[in-house]
This record gives sequence, structure tokens and C-alpha cells, in this order.
Amino acid sequence: MDTNGFFGNWGGAYIPEVLHQTFQELKEEYARCRKDPEFWQEYLTLMSTYSCRPTPLTHAENLSRHFGGADIYIKREDLNHTGAHKANNVMGQGLLVKRMGKKRVIAETGAGQHGMATATMAAKFGLDCTIYMGEEDVLRQRPNVFWMEKMGATVVPVTDGSQTLKDAINEAFRDWVTNVDDTHYVFGTACGPAPFPEMVSWFQSIIGIEAAEQIVKYHGKMPRRVYACVGGGSNAMGVFKRFLDEDDVELVGVEAGGHGADSGAHAIRLSSPDATPGVAQGYKTMFLQDNDGQMKQTHSVAAGLDYVGVSPILSDLWEQKKVRFESATDDEVMAALDLTMKLEGIIPALESSHAFAGAFKEVGKLSKEDAIIINQSGRGDKDIFTIAHAFEDPSWKKFIIDRGKEYSSN
Amino acid sequence: MQLEQQLQEKLETRDILLMTHIVLGYPSFEVNREVIRQMVNEGVDCIEMQIPFSEPMADGPVILKANQDSLAAGTTVEECFSFGAEMVQKHTIPFLFMTYYNIIFKYGEEAFFKRAAECGIRGFIVPDLPPEMGKTFLELADRYDIAPILIFAPTSTDDRMKQLSGYGRGFIYCVARRGVTGKKSDFDHDFDSYLARCRTATELPLAVGFGIQSKEDIDALKGKADMAVIGSRTIKLVATEGADAVGPFIAGLR
Ligand SMILES: Cc1ncc(COP(=O)(O)O)c(C=O)c1O
Repeated sequence: MDTNGFFGNWGGAYIPEVLHQTFQELKEEYARCRKDPEFWQEYLTLMSTYSCRPTPLTHAENLSRHFGGADIYIKREDLNHTGAHKANNVMGQGLLVKRMGKKRVIAETGAGQHGMATATMAAKFGLDCTIYMGEEDVLRQRPNVFWMEKMGATVVPVTDGSQTLKDAINEAFRDWVTNVDDTHYVFGTACGPAPFPEMVSWFQSIIGIEAAEQIVKYHGKMPRRVYACVGGGSNAMGVFKRFLDEDDVELVGVEAGGHGADSGAHAIRLSSPDATPGVAQGYKTMFLQDNDGQMKQTHSVAAGLDYVGVSPILSDLWEQKKVRFESATDDEVMAALDLTMKLEGIIPALESSHAFAGAFKEVGKLSKEDAIIINQSGRGDKDIFTIAHAFEDPSWKKFIIDRGKEYSSN
Repeated sequence: MQLEQQLQEKLETRDILLMTHIVLGYPSFEVNREVIRQMVNEGVDCIEMQIPFSEPMADGPVILKANQDSLAAGTTVEECFSFGAEMVQKHTIPFLFMTYYNIIFKYGEEAFFKRAAECGIRGFIVPDLPPEMGKTFLELADRYDIAPILIFAPTSTDDRMKQLSGYGRGFIYCVARRGVTGKKSDFDHDFDSYLARCRTATELPLAVGFGIQSKEDIDALKGKADMAVIGSRTIKLVATEGADAVGPFIAGLR
């Protein structure tokens, strides 16, 4: 990152003047934390006592045999407390908030996992907490809304625009400019104005640091490829960072193909020609936008990937050809999820299932001598309504109808 | 320098100037036309015309909705330029564009300045472009003589204000409070000391915006600021009572 927050052509901090001073303070505190070895130690202790770090690296023997190519290893961020990699970032920012002495946190959330993690952190650290969530996402991630509220957070459904992640981010910014003195905005992914992309990636880098050590222990050498799904890009940056300078490791980001790359209904920013450079939500990156610069509607079965922009750090790595980007459609994702449940007894989140689908398309062509790592960014339990609906599961449907009847007769 | 000169001349005969804000294409260009006519007739000194953007991060509910409705009705940047040119032709007061940086960036910075200069636009207000991010923008502003309007906020330190003032032309837009457009502001003691800080930091005229809704608000600014900005209030008025309500409302402000 240069002094203005750019990674090559991408990034920056396009913020309203009201936030200037707060960003100065945030940048200074972040720089102090990076220089202070005790901060990282405190972070590691917190993550190993409050959450489940290090998370395991699971050898998926049945999937490996099924595809007959490289050995498949799964990095289990689903076993982190609150069920996703999001906690890595949130707990780190929580420690920062304590140092800065702010009393209130706000966050945007798409899949609800980041909101969940933030509500958890706020409960633990005694902070007030408000979560902004697009109305469409409130409906598709209802279990997470329930838990956030139970932990004392206020969940505000956002009914503007496309009612998804980008609109939740806008609304969180509107809150922040109003309550800047006592509030920290816990940005949920490696996007937004500097220093967020770099800071979030730093906290998430714990994923790759652990995974590199684990794969060498189990497999004897570095993996051939590492796969991660890409929404804003935080789990991808987290698992990729450690491997960036390993010459023989190929990094693959899998974006949300929705109804297909040619359908217009997707969230493919880097692996399709549909996105163009733009500046929105405080940073410069590749955005899905029209010729006038208005953001387009996106679509994905996974709320956490249903987003118009992407980490400026990933745009830079894409431009430098250091990360390859692919996409997986909703249908491919459901099939990959189904197979993983049946063969391994593991339930990846719909977001994470994109990484699985991307890997499944290629793993059979790799040598048996090699290994790949799939980053399972989260668990699928939150998606029970969406998955049950997509599978048209008859017994689940009956259960919902019966429960509905029971509630409406009271 | 044109914009500042125009405003300074007006300030010789008026104790406070009025700037109003409209969102282009909301509810329609036809209504915009009529609203501007009434504003100019009632002596508004300067008008900022917002080119709508799908992600208006610094705007509150009223202007946010106006942006969305305008885009839903199909408003394009091209239409905004031709409408701007038409207004400049028709009226003698200065017109500015307010928009978010992506609209300019996507059009091509230089092409945007060139086109706006041809239309006779006098200044740009871009709330998400701090000077640190606007090196080429500020150079182009000088070259095309379109005033880049810099923004002061209550959270800006004295040093920061001085720095911003160095980049600003035309006038400085002082945001009256923390927050987004639309909500009422308190013009209390804290506010007065903020304005005094603004005054010390710059020689440029001071415009005050965010939450100004009535004659009382404007009277309270006399002697402390040079221009009052009315934004959401008239946009809401047009939405609820129609364009014809604007003239009498403006007439009642001074
Ligand atoms: C489980 C899971 N994976 C992935 C993502 C996508 O975000 P990112 O690209 O920042 O990792 C989300 C976001 O909500 C998520 O909940």
C-alpha cells in the first residue's frame, strides 16, 4: 500500500471530509498495532481461547478419490467461532476499538456472518452494536438475524437500492458520518477506503499462515493450488497472502457466476468482461456498472458474494496475473455442496461452496502427487432455508408449513 | 475565478446569499425547469444541480430517494449536461454540478471538465473526493476555470481547514454538522465557534449547508456566513406540494 492507500492502480480513500480526522486516527492506531509484536500475540491468544484457532486442515479423502487427481485439503474456517472466517477480522478490529476507546460499533453484513461476528465481539467487549443488512439478505439469512438480535445488536434492514450488501455499506457509512466521535465502523471485507483493505487482509492472513504450516506437515510440501471464493475478498486474501511469494503455488479466486456469465445476473467482477474501473463506497476497483457509472444489479445464490465491487488488492493481483479468477454458477455450487455433504459430512456455506465448485472443475486434471487447498470460509447452517428451498426438500417444507400453522393459530 | 467574483459582487448588495439544490431528473426535467425558474425569479443566487448516482453515500433519505427515482426514470449523464447548458443559457446566476466522483471518473475526468465548461458550469461539488485523491481533478479545474468546491466539516482541524482552503476556489462549503443531508441542525454556541474557525481558515466566501430549512435558520447565519444552502427542504416541498410551492417558499426566506 502506498501512502495514499493504493495498490497499483486500485484502492485509495474516497471519503467525505467529516471522516477525515477519524481515518487519520484509525491509520495511526493501525500502524502502531502493526509495529507492536504484543498486539499480534494478544490477537493470537484471543483467537485460540475465544475462537477455535488454529482451525483444522482436513484431508478430504473421499472427494480426492472421487475426482482421482490431486489430494484435496479443506481449511476449516467453518469451525471458527460464529461459523466463518469473519471472526478473524472482527476480533482484530475489536482489539483496535478497545485501544481507540470507542464505545459503539456498526457493521454491514450480507450473509449475516460478519454481522454475527460483530454482534458477538460487541457482546464480549461491552460495546453498543448496530448492524445494517439489505432487506433481501435479511430474508435469505434469517437465522443469523435472530442470533444477532439475541446477542443484543440492533439489526436495521436496508430497503434502498438493490437491498443487498452494497446498500448496507452505504447505510453504515451514513451512520458513521453521523456518529463518528464514539463509533467505529467494523468493515467486513477487504474493500472500502484505506486502511480497511490492508487491515482486514492482515487479520485474515492468519488463515494462510496456519494452512501453509499444516499442508507441509500433512503433505510434505506446498500445495499446487489454493482455491477461495471471492465476495469482497477477505477470505481469499486471508488464505492467499502467505502463498503469494511461493512460485509453484497457483492461487485461484472463484466468483459468483449466478445464472451464468452471459446472463447479466451474476457478480463476476474479475473473470468476465462485464466490470470496468470505478470509484464507489470509498475505493477504486473493478465494478459492475453501466456506461454512466451507475452500479448494476448483481445476483448470486450466496448473499455474501452478491456484491458489485471487489478488493482493490485483488484487482491489483489480477492485473499482475498473480491470482487467476474463475466463476461458478448457482447450479454448479448446489451440486458441489451436495457432493461435499454426501462424501465428507461437511456442510460448506453457499459462499464457500463456490470455492469447492471451482476446484472440482479442475482437480481431476492435476497429478496425484500434488495437493490443493480449498478454503472453506464458513459453515452452511445459516443457509438452511435457501438450501432446503433449492433442494425442494419435502420434509423440511412440511415442517415449515406445520410450524406456520401453529404460530398463526396462537 | 469567475465564480468567486460573481458571488463577491452579489455580496455587495446582499447580507446573505442563497444557494439551492436540485436533483436532476427528479421528479422530471420538466419539473426541474419550472422549479429553477421560480428559484431564479425569487432571487436565488446560485444553484447546485446534482447528477444522480446509484450510491449517494453522503445523502440522507430525501435526496437518496430523489437519486434513485431519477435513475429509475432513466436519467442519463448526457441529459444532465444538456439540461445544464439550457439553464446556463436561460438564466444569469451561476450553476454548479454536484455529484459523486464515479460519475466524473467513468465519463473521463478531462472529457467531463471539457463538456461542463462548454455548458457554462461554474463549479463542482464532489463530496467523496478529498484533495488527496483529486490531484488531476484539481489541475483540470484550474485549466477549465471550473471552481472545485472544497468542504469543511465540524470534525476538520484548523490545520486541515487551511490545507483544504488552499485547494478551494469559488467558496467553501461548510457542512453544518456531522451526518448526512436532510436532518435539522442546531445553530448553537458550538456551531458559532465552528463557523468562526472556518472564517479564520479561509479568505473564500463561506456557504453553510445541511439542515437549513427556514427564515430563522438563515437569519441566524447572517454576519457569520456568506451563503445559506437549502437542499432537502425544497426537494421535499416539490415532492409533497408541487413545483408551484417553491416560489412562495423562497420568497419567504429573506
Ligand atoms: C462464509 C462466507 N464466505 C465468504 C464470504 C464473502 O466475503 P469475502 O469475500 O470477504 O470473504 C462471506 C461474506 O459474507 C461469508 O459469510
